[in-house]
Amino acid sequence: MSESSLQDVRAVNGGGSWFHRNQIAITPWLFLAPGVLFFIFYVISPIFQSFNVSLYEWDGLGEAEYIGLQNYQDLYWEFVDRDAFFVSLKNNVIWLFLYLLAIPAGLMIALFLNQNVWGIRLYKSLFFFPFVISQVVVGLVFTWFYDPTFGLLNTIIGWVGLGPINVLGDERFVTYGIIAAGLWPQTAYCMILYLTGLNAVDPEQVEAGRLDGARGWKMLWHVIIPQLKPATFIAFVVTIIGALRSFDLISIMTQGGPFGSSRVLAFYMFEVALSEYGFRMGYGAAIAVVLFLIMLCFIAYFLWSMWKEERGAR
Amino acid sequence: MFPRPIESTARTTQAAYKTLLPVALLMWLAPLLAVAVFSIKPDADFTTGNYWGIPSTFEGLTNYGKVFLESDMPRYLLNSVFITVPTVIGAVALSSMTGFALGIYKFRANLWIFFMFVAGNFVPFQILMVPVRDLTLDMGLYNTKTGLVLFHIAFQTGFCTLFMRNFIRALPFALIEAARVEGVAEWRIFWYVVLPLMKPALAALSVLIFTFIWNDYFWAVVLTQGPESQPVTAGITSFNAQYRAAYHLMSAGSIVAALPPVLMFFLMQRHFIAGLTLGAVK
Repeated sequence: MSESSLQDVRAVNGGGSWFHRNQIAITPWLFLAPGVLFFIFYVISPIFQSFNVSLYEWDGLGEAEYIGLQNYQDLYWEFVDRDAFFVSLKNNVIWLFLYLLAIPAGLMIALFLNQNVWGIRLYKSLFFFPFVISQVVVGLVFTWFYDPTFGLLNTIIGWVGLGPINVLGDERFVTYGIIAAGLWPQTAYCMILYLTGLNAVDPEQVEAGRLDGARGWKMLWHVIIPQLKPATFIAFVVTIIGALRSFDLISIMTQGGPFGSSRVLAFYMFEVALSEYGFRMGYGAAIAVVLFLIMLCFIAYFLWSMWKEERGAR
Repeated sequence: MFPRPIESTARTTQAAYKTLLPVALLMWLAPLLAVAVFSIKPDADFTTGNYWGIPSTFEGLTNYGKVFLESDMPRYLLNSVFITVPTVIGAVALSSMTGFALGIYKFRANLWIFFMFVAGNFVPFQILMVPVRDLTLDMGLYNTKTGLVLFHIAFQTGFCTLFMRNFIRALPFALIEAARVEGVAEWRIFWYVVLPLMKPALAALSVLIFTFIWNDYFWAVVLTQGPESQPVTAGITSFNAQYRAAYHLMSAGSIVAALPPVLMFFLMQRHFIAGLTLGAVK
């Protein structure tokens, strides 16, 4: 920057009103104000309100009665709903672990599709398809797929002589059945992340690896996967969030049944606060707080990784 | 390139790969194809047990005609449009401003505000449910599209800010410095310098948010009820309750409900994928 232009800047900033002189300090706040206020109003402050509501017995309409930690004690001792809370918690853990299968599955499909044959772009988009459709429709499609009388699944296992199984009506299978349905779109998402990642893999390193005799699994593990780290991180984030948010599929496919065996915390909370179980807002909020605290561990980890990166970038 | 390009392998491998591709695709999309076939079948096929066979007659027009003319589906679809489009506009507008502020200016609270948006975006919906429903009731917006739109805008601003800020970060900062040297006012820098460069980000976010909001089910159930304000994701469940066991109609209804984001995806594919995979490559 030349001497004279520096003076121009000073002349511009120095002259005029107070706003003109301070506009670099003020402008960001003016631009932030609507978004930040809106976000605090609808997202941040409700989190704290939920913590507060969880200390009350409240039906959503009448007077709320302060009962301290009673709701949490009820959750723990399960006075109210037998084993509903721990079944939901256990299912949440199952969801969390099995949902992560979407990451290797997505990587496998991405590797399979990472070629340059005719029409491959169309194949890639069609493989991605399940992610674009609503989970409500995915749930419906899989309910029929599992149907014990005509479902495709039973038709297929009937060919090999296995008896019909009612996946969604059996307490042993129901959660796994729903997770399988959820894995379908989630795998598609991870696939697209890895396809983008594979596109950016450094070809020289691959060549160097080939010269060193690395091939197949060895190459994948030592050369490719380390380079896919950013894609893996995002896949991990969205999959964890997706697993803990699972609600739509359960609501559509089983309504938490049979006998509440496919509930997760997200669904159980909704049931307690807004459906036939009556409007027990305080109890529902307590469940939501537990779910939030589980999520908070992951959020903290995500933010920490982002923070490390930000510091590195400066 | 990894895996090894298929062109450099033996001819048999190439042939095997090329036959495997469509087979794998068919298996992958089998559940969807089944629904598509269901939707053009006549009612009679289901009573005679012809579930997976070839449709005995083509009844696509009748089935889809019924969905559009004899049910609340058009209403739900229209509701979805009136919920989705304002949300997209609102969230993208707010976040291009927040993204600009957080991406360009250096001030002490910058990273904290950014992290607030990011953290809020990851929160489980259930922790917001009771207070947000209450807020909406208090404002007299329960069971209105406006109530749903306002919440969606606020919540999506979190994700959009993350996206916009990172995008703006990657723009050449020299452009802004040059404009400042010229004495251009800050808001003009936003409008005339940064916004035109943000077009790809705006496009990518718009398609993403469109899909997210169109497919939202949880908030639709929490904040609305009935055909006058519910979007199609919630509407399809009452539609299905109405036509229980009428598989051909349920299929046709589901396909209609799922179609708009699918069209959006195929029309704006590049932007869509660019949006979803932002940050997947360093």
